[in-house]
Amino acid sequence: MPAFIDFNQVWLKYNPTLDFAIEDVSVSIAEHEFIAIVGPSGCGKSTFMKLGTGLKPPTKGTVTVDGKAVSGPLKITGMAFQAPNLLPWRTTLDNVLLPLEIVEPYKSSFREKRAEYEARAMMLINTVGLGGWERKFPWELSGGMQQRASICRALVHEPKLLMLDEPFGALDAFTREELWCVLRDLHAANPFTVVLVTHDLREATFLADTVYVMSKRPGRILAKKHIDLPRPRDIEVTYSEPFSRIVHELREHIGMIRKS
Amino acid sequence: MQSFFEKHAPTLLTVALLLVWEGTCRIFTIDPFVLPMPSAIWDALIEYRGPIWDHAQQTFWTTMVGFAVAVVVGIVLGSLLGSSQLIYRACYPLLVGFNSIPKAAFVPILVVWFGIGSLPAIITAFLISFFPIVVNVATGLATLEPELEDVLRALGATRFEILRKVGLPRSMPFFFASLKVAITLAFVGTVVSEISASNAGIGYLMMSASSSLKTALMFAGVIVISIMAMVMYELFAWIEKRMTGWAHRGQQSNA
Repeated sequence: MPAFIDFNQVWLKYNPTLDFAIEDVSVSIAEHEFIAIVGPSGCGKSTFMKLGTGLKPPTKGTVTVDGKAVSGPLKITGMAFQAPNLLPWRTTLDNVLLPLEIVEPYKSSFREKRAEYEARAMMLINTVGLGGWERKFPWELSGGMQQRASICRALVHEPKLLMLDEPFGALDAFTREELWCVLRDLHAANPFTVVLVTHDLREATFLADTVYVMSKRPGRILAKKHIDLPRPRDIEVTYSEPFSRIVHELREHIGMIRKS
Repeated sequence: MQSFFEKHAPTLLTVALLLVWEGTCRIFTIDPFVLPMPSAIWDALIEYRGPIWDHAQQTFWTTMVGFAVAVVVGIVLGSLLGSSQLIYRACYPLLVGFNSIPKAAFVPILVVWFGIGSLPAIITAFLISFFPIVVNVATGLATLEPELEDVLRALGATRFEILRKVGLPRSMPFFFASLKVAITLAFVGTVVSEISASNAGIGYLMMSASSSLKTALMFAGVIVISIMAMVMYELFAWIEKRMTGWAHRGQQSNA
């Protein structure tokens, strides 16, 4: 299967006077693959996202997405971050609709097809369990609900690539596990490629097909681990022995980072 | 009983202050030329209500025109400054330097350029009031969350789209807050200019009252200006509340 996203020996400096943020990163992601990048804070995980979405060009090396070298914003990406970043003057529904007001082909037909798009957004909103809250404003929602809305916004334009930067980092453990399942189901129902940046090893192991471990700055890929736990995975699997073994193994790579 | 005092505290304090003023003037028989009693000021307001009304209208409309120009320039300049680091860096020292000039110092120059009349007053009102609008709009735009900008840029949004969909709505609370400051400043600008370079307006009325030693009429002028400025301030405070309620409620409950 040809790679959907291909990082070929990518190096990036934000500023000529600074050190490299990531060094010699080569990663190949298949279409519809769910990968996770784990590593300590400031290891260039977010840099990886900026490269993959075309927000930053690499200093050295090439990034190819969908067979084309990336040279600018891709428009096929949805993004969500640790902070939900919803617009406080828009209702939940209007927040979710925002990408459709910006990306073609939706943008030009947004006015006439608004009802159709609203229905589509509502389907997503219902899927993530936000039904009934679509007319509420973000400040009326809990943190977990805001994050659900943020994920809807990232997916409403049916992106081929979903980039998640520690999306569940600020949530409590129970909400986090609930949203893992939401994301798992969304990915299973309507496949898209996912890049999940996280420092939660259980999260990475539970959700991803492949986990990459990055070193601290300058970021390098230290290990690649294929997670062969069968799908669909239930939250119960996180208490199973094979699961713990994988988490443990990943943890050992992180431990090595700290020593080096 | 307590709630009565709480509810009417501002009115009671104002009345008390006026009574003290009136009483002090009467007890110490202060020369009304130096400090007229509130009752004398009231009499002056009634006696000269015709001219005061005309001059107040002149001042009001002059201020509104200057203020309107300040709003337009403020939004445009603020948007430019807020959306480009380069423009921001280039313009900021100039703007700060300009803002530190006492605007009254411009009036003689404006008189040379435009003569006596409404135009110098409009320009002074504009000059004095546009700065807070520029700064606030620029700040509102410049403090856009970088992640949110990434979300939109990754979708291929143009700068203008980000400005229209996120930047401007987001800076509205800043903008409306600045309007309250700017409208009161605009009145200052108009009156300062009218005092030295006009033959109409409350500022002019006060100057001529001064030269004919009608102190009570001068105080009447001061009161008329402050009432106009207060009403406009309250109007913009009300508009702010109506337009940007989300910003205030958002801070209240952040679950």
